[in-house]
Amino acid sequence: MRLGNWLLVPLFAVLTGCGYNTFQSQDETVRAAWSEVVNQYQRRSDLIPNLVNTVKGYAQQEKDVLTQVTEARAKVGSIQMTPELANDPEALKKFQAAQGELSGALSRLLVVSENYPQLKSDANFRDLQAQLEGTENRVTVARNRYIKTVEDYNVTTRQFPSNLTAMIFGYKTKPNFTVENEKAISTAPKVDFSQPATQK
Amino acid sequence: MNAARAWLLAALLGLIGSAFAQNLLAVPERRIVSDLTGTLDAQQQSALTEKLRALETRKGSQVAVLIVPTTEPETIEQYALRVSDTWKLGRKGVDDGALLVIAKNDRKLRIETRYGLEGPMPDAVAKRIIAEVITPLFKHGDFYGGIDAGVDRMVKVVDGEPLPAPQPQGYNDDSWLSALPIVIMLAFVSGAIFRAIFGRFFGSIIAGGVTGLITWVILSVMGVAAIAGILAFLFNLLAGAVSPMNGWSNRGRGGGMGGGWGGWGGGYGGGGWGGGSSGDFGGGGGGMGGGGGASGEW
Repeated sequence: MRLGNWLLVPLFAVLTGCGYNTFQSQDETVRAAWSEVVNQYQRRSDLIPNLVNTVKGYAQQEKDVLTQVTEARAKVGSIQMTPELANDPEALKKFQAAQGELSGALSRLLVVSENYPQLKSDANFRDLQAQLEGTENRVTVARNRYIKTVEDYNVTTRQFPSNLTAMIFGYKTKPNFTVENEKAISTAPKVDFSQPATQK
Repeated sequence: MNAARAWLLAALLGLIGSAFAQNLLAVPERRIVSDLTGTLDAQQQSALTEKLRALETRKGSQVAVLIVPTTEPETIEQYALRVSDTWKLGRKGVDDGALLVIAKNDRKLRIETRYGLEGPMPDAVAKRIIAEVITPLFKHGDFYGGIDAGVDRMVKVVDGEPLPAPQPQGYNDDSWLSALPIVIMLAFVSGAIFRAIFGRFFGSIIAGGVTGLITWVILSVMGVAAIAGILAFLFNLLAGAVSPMNGWSNRGRGGGMGGGWGGWGGGYGGGGWGGGSSGDFGGGGGGMGGGGGASGEW
């Protein structure tokens, strides 16, 4: 009995020291952060039909941009956003590319809408624009949090002694988000004065 | 040549280093109205403070105003989120806080809405308050007028939605009840372990200390933790006297590190935020924000 009691001590120490529990809690944190990312992207997707319809009412001739937005949204919708997706580098890259494409199409739509004063003064459009801006910010916040939680998890996976636990249980580092529009950031924006906005 | 390359590398590294080591602005002390630019005089500040304190006593929601010269190197969105997270605006579990940040030299402002107020004040409403109420006055240089009108509108918006009624003062919850099984188990397990190692008396002391400490960590209420620790100590002392399986078997090794722990968990209590006339809110403890709200410029 005494021996049994003695064995309890190292067992306790091993269970808390090997990082097994840390893995469990960090993995759960990563999942929660991922859900928040998905949640906010979903919120953005939900705003789009309304936005497209409102813009259509004033700017029907901007068919190209409107189709681009609708198509990009459909593409995003076709990706199943499960937590497993977050563990697969290829799938994550695809997901990110699709969302990035939608971001690009949306910002083009907003730029185009600058040319339609009536659209700009439409109360519905202004509310939608505010919601879209807010959602973009939430996406940024959620992504930042996700990046941080994955970083923590990956550090635990690599650090001694928890890396031994990771080896035993087969835990791998998770892929992370990268800067979405690397190319867009590294190329200077082009300012074009040749085509002034015609409508007033 | 090599020296030149080394120098170039060093310069490059230094450049990267300095880019990463941009110092973020410190988060100022939490107050209902903080003006780091000297734009508002004392009377105006206290008028705003009274309005917002009245909102807190009436509805429980915490709306704060912060005027800074600039938010560089961060964007106003990042800064507003960081400040409102640090300040833990809103009640615990309700998260009904909002922060109006004005970066005067950047000519930017933002209403940061936390989860609990996203219902009554969605982004579109926040944007309207900024675009239709505040910035028109800011454009004329009327900062107090803009802030005052904006605060009025925010208060009205918050008043429009029924939120949980405010609690009188401080907070009490009975989360200690939910911790009871853990505490009992701790007393058992740690008692068995430490009595086996250090003998009955010192083992019981350590078990009591550990139980008290962990209870304190879980609940962060010192009184309850101390009682739990003392009970665990007494329980183990008695259990050791009765049970034949543990006991004095290891007496020779005991005493080495007993002493100091006792039943007392530690120095800090859980309590509220004080409040009163300090210019701070009465409560607090909201969780993380999600980046809701709206920004604008003038």
